[in-house]
Amino acid sequence: MLLSKLSNLDGASGDEGEVRRFIHERIKEYVNTIEVDPLGNLICFKKGRKKGPLILILAHMDEVGFMITGKRQDGTLKFSKVGGIDTRVILAKTLRIGRKKIKGVIGVKPIHLLDEEETNKIPKIEDLYIDIGAKSDKEVKDIDIGDFAYFDTNFEKTSTGIVKGKAFDDRIGCSLILDIVKGKFNFPFYAVFTTQEEIGLRGARVIGNRIKPDYAIVLEGTAAGDFPSKKDIARTPLLGKGPALTVIDKSMIADRDLLQRIIGIAKRKSIPYQIKQAGIGGTDAGRIQISQRGVKCGVIAVPARYIHSPASLMSVNDYNNTLKLAVSVLKDLG
Amino acid sequence: MDELKGLLKRLSETEGVSASEKNPKDIVKEELKKLAISFKEDRVGNLIAFKRGRKSNRKVMLASHIDEIGLMVTSFDENVLRFSTIGGFDERILLGLEVIVHGKRPLKGIIGSIPPHFLPKEKQKKVLSIEDLFIDVGLSGKELKKNVEVGNFVSLKKNLEELLNERHSGKSLDNRASVTALISIFEELNRVNHNWDVYGVFTVQEEITGLGALSSSYNIFPDAGIAIDVGFGKQSGFPSEHHVELDKGPTITIGPNIHPGLQNGIVKIAKDYEIPYQIEAESGPTGTDASDIQISRSGIPTILVSIPILYMHTPCEVVSLKDIGRTTRLISLFISHLNVDMLKGDKYAT
Repeated sequence: MLLSKLSNLDGASGDEGEVRRFIHERIKEYVNTIEVDPLGNLICFKKGRKKGPLILILAHMDEVGFMITGKRQDGTLKFSKVGGIDTRVILAKTLRIGRKKIKGVIGVKPIHLLDEEETNKIPKIEDLYIDIGAKSDKEVKDIDIGDFAYFDTNFEKTSTGIVKGKAFDDRIGCSLILDIVKGKFNFPFYAVFTTQEEIGLRGARVIGNRIKPDYAIVLEGTAAGDFPSKKDIARTPLLGKGPALTVIDKSMIADRDLLQRIIGIAKRKSIPYQIKQAGIGGTDAGRIQISQRGVKCGVIAVPARYIHSPASLMSVNDYNNTLKLAVSVLKDLG
Repeated sequence: MDELKGLLKRLSETEGVSASEKNPKDIVKEELKKLAISFKEDRVGNLIAFKRGRKSNRKVMLASHIDEIGLMVTSFDENVLRFSTIGGFDERILLGLEVIVHGKRPLKGIIGSIPPHFLPKEKQKKVLSIEDLFIDVGLSGKELKKNVEVGNFVSLKKNLEELLNERHSGKSLDNRASVTALISIFEELNRVNHNWDVYGVFTVQEEITGLGALSSSYNIFPDAGIAIDVGFGKQSGFPSEHHVELDKGPTITIGPNIHPGLQNGIVKIAKDYEIPYQIEAESGPTGTDASDIQISRSGIPTILVSIPILYMHTPCEVVSLKDIGRTTRLISLFISHLNVDMLKGDKYAT
């Protein structure tokens, strides 16, 4: 599992280079061709003798993050979000910025100096700034407007079988594919790592038309929902209960036949699985599905708590079960 | 500076929430041993370093509180923990922080809440308060109960990171910046002459009741007290009249909490030795150990020296190493120049 390394890499939408280089380096000995398309998608093909339906597995390389939009005279930096981040989760967090990974903090007013009105509202992103310790804009030398910034989080094991890190959405998927391609297959398939998923599933837009697959399986790190039960909140998927299968999300209704086939395989192989809560999130599958003549799509995901925040939690057991299920599904389709 | 930085890093990254200050105290003890400075602990847990003066007829007490703000487990809620705060927190900054739950064994965790996309629309944008938050260590409800108890302390988990201009960002710089300075002061005192006996107190529970400063100043009953704490440096967006800034030296407070004779004395030292300093006016009690020391026993002439920091009471506090160094130098020189005349002030004239 290369998640420990992938999670520590920085790659927001439009800045996937570091992740792409890493994957390229690690995947080259296991695939036959590698190409990078104009959007930055990394398209890998693994040959196989048997002729059958063309299968595509994919994961997105990008993560949510921030972009530097301005330097202020007092040396602080203005910034905007890249992808969906809740402003409430960024206050007083430490970031690493740009190619040189310069540390900076999203400062807040000390509690002692806040009035009641201020404590009762969520600050606007326009009112926040990043402090790198510079005393004037002239001192901000190694950071340019347009540079990306990331939560300064390190991958770590927490308690038994649980790991913590950033960018689990979707470095989990990238890590799964890197594990999958190591296996032996007697049929051909494509493994694609897409860009710009977090800003509207944009990289995947061009993949379906280019590859023309019959089946596509998206591998994801998806939001776990196992929080203390409140009556108005559904709880699935849960950490430790196996891969989560999508029936419907914001981007598509998964192919019914394919979903039943995946469930059948999980049952036959005694791999635990769960159905992802309906109507939440969206994936590249929503774009592949409506490409060319239409593609049968499914999503298999590892549940992770607190995605799109500085630190997420994942069960290593879920990862291993998802890997097992994904490989079984691939072999069944191939 | 590297030594200072290393010490600050160790002190900042260790955990010592009010009433559980063992870890930072252990680091201080280790450092004092290296300096051959004697120390003892009193019955409430204050760590008191002592260095005899040449004349040894007067006593000065320095106080740097060693506790930090933190959290405490209040109840179990299925597979997560509900908690309360120890010390003053802006509850809005807690979401997404990494913490350590000090249960049977230390457990790494995250402060979480139910993500917005799992909530009905009207609840997605509300300001989070502590009731909406919980600590997740990734254990099942059953395992959680085996490893954690209600009342366990929880500390923030954060590495000290270097920014530009020798500034450093991390947790608990309130007040480990001053703890670092106080250790360094004893190192300096090994090199300079001083007539007065010096008591360096690493006080406990400043963030809660001031227990450490109250009890230690009662016990020691010094002739003069010097509290070392952190102050508010000017942040981006602060009003222009806020004049205390980082990198401009320690702040010397003036006001009813402060003894004028001693205050004049330390300002003179700063001027004589060309140590940059800043003056801050505080019209009431300072809310630091100085507040408690001043009214201990029959009253103790007290001053407050503060190291300016940014973003106080968050895990990304920022301090300048230069200011810690200057604070060390200023106070060490002041101690070597202390004399009885300074204890005469307008209000305390004898």
